[in-house]
Amino acid sequence: MNYRQAKTGKLLIDILPDKCDFCGCCVGVCPEDAIELKEAEIFIIDERCTNCAKCIWSCPIEVIKFNRDGVVSKAI
Amino acid sequence: MKNEYDVIVVGAGPAGSIAARYAAEGGASVIMLEKDRDVGYPVRCGEAISKVGVSEFITPDERWISAHISKFALISPDGTEAVIEFGDAGYVLERRIFDYELAKTAANAGAEIVTRAYVNGLLFENGKVSGVKYEYRGEQKELKAKIVIGADGVESRIGRWAGLKTYVDFREMECCVQVTASNINVKGDTLYFYFGENVAPGGYFWIFPKVNGAANIGLGVSGMVGKKRSALSFLNNFMENNFPNAPVLTAIAGGVPSSITLEKISAPGIMLVGDAARQVNPLSGGGIASGMIGGSIAGRIAAEAIERNSLDHILKYDKAWHERLGKRHELFEKIKNGIYNFSDDKFNKIAHSFNKIPYEKRTLGKLFTTALFNQPSLLVDVAKVFII
Repeated sequence: MNYRQAKTGKLLIDILPDKCDFCGCCVGVCPEDAIELKEAEIFIIDERCTNCAKCIWSCPIEVIKFNRDGVVSKAI
Repeated sequence: MKNEYDVIVVGAGPAGSIAARYAAEGGASVIMLEKDRDVGYPVRCGEAISKVGVSEFITPDERWISAHISKFALISPDGTEAVIEFGDAGYVLERRIFDYELAKTAANAGAEIVTRAYVNGLLFENGKVSGVKYEYRGEQKELKAKIVIGADGVESRIGRWAGLKTYVDFREMECCVQVTASNINVKGDTLYFYFGENVAPGGYFWIFPKVNGAANIGLGVSGMVGKKRSALSFLNNFMENNFPNAPVLTAIAGGVPSSITLEKISAPGIMLVGDAARQVNPLSGGGIASGMIGGSIAGRIAAEAIERNSLDHILKYDKAWHERLGKRHELFEKIKNGIYNFSDDKFNKIAHSFNKIPYEKRTLGKLFTTALFNQPSLLVDVAKVFII
């Protein structure tokens, strides 16, 4: 799978685009304007993401995850 | 397509279409840009609306009415059903047709519409928004306008590009999932709302009937709940327990910004409408009717600004919206915060006391009064309904 991911900070945030429904919850809650959402394409704008996790908490279908040391999980 | 328009509307949902229509009817040259391939699809909505909410803007048409609603059933955590009759008061829509028809009314008023046009930035001139940057079939383009109306939904970013604070506190984002399933044995004239810790803590779970035994089944939970458990897991759980073999026709996710309206919904050259302005009724989560009202006010004011050649006029939109619905939403939000924090026990007690009232006397007002007896502090907020 070809994830696009945030590379800033200690933690990483992954959006699993294969499972994403492109609903926009994460974009709506992102305080940094760090998520780009097109018709069926989504990615995190690396330079802006602060790993605040609000997108993870708001995702109704669990497709945004923390990725620490290669382990992807909902919470930390 | 022209090089420049009076008004660009971004997003062709109900709020955008109505804004485009009112602006065009007021004499402005209007173009509406939609990022998706189709107007009206994908649908991200429970699709229930009051009759009044629709009729103000479009003549009801059976082609986009999936069910006629005359009852609410509120189900408390122990399964007690409190049923309220309304008469013929509401609809469950077929949004993919409804949105399409609304956009056509904008087109008939003279607005141009382009789909697959993804707006990804704004143009500025002397500190004022003067158009949009957008991607169309892989090509980056620019389009100028005197006024940009952002109707770009829950995922709106246009406002923030113009310097407005628009992101939603994650605690106020109702994160929703819904399936449209077939062979669902519920009454075709009733909206079902389920409450409680196990089904939808801090929100509600819904079953809204659609034509021929289908129904929209879904729920919303706040991002605060989503921190621990996703909306999807609540839905899966409910479906397994209640409709394990129901054929699922559509499965969607979505977000409802169930907060009060943004502090500012206009700035030089830009106005926000619908979910983008957070014009959703925070108590019900309904946003079609209020979005259309916001769109109509914005469209009308935009056309007036063009006609008078006074672009500052659009800043009057904030107040006009606040007077019409914004202040009522502020009250609804307080009531929501009271009700959605009820414990399971309290919901049960309310349902039990309500059902002691004779059936023909059960109204939403009575239900509300019953709820108040269980939460006297809400009285203060309700009292304001009459004062404001």
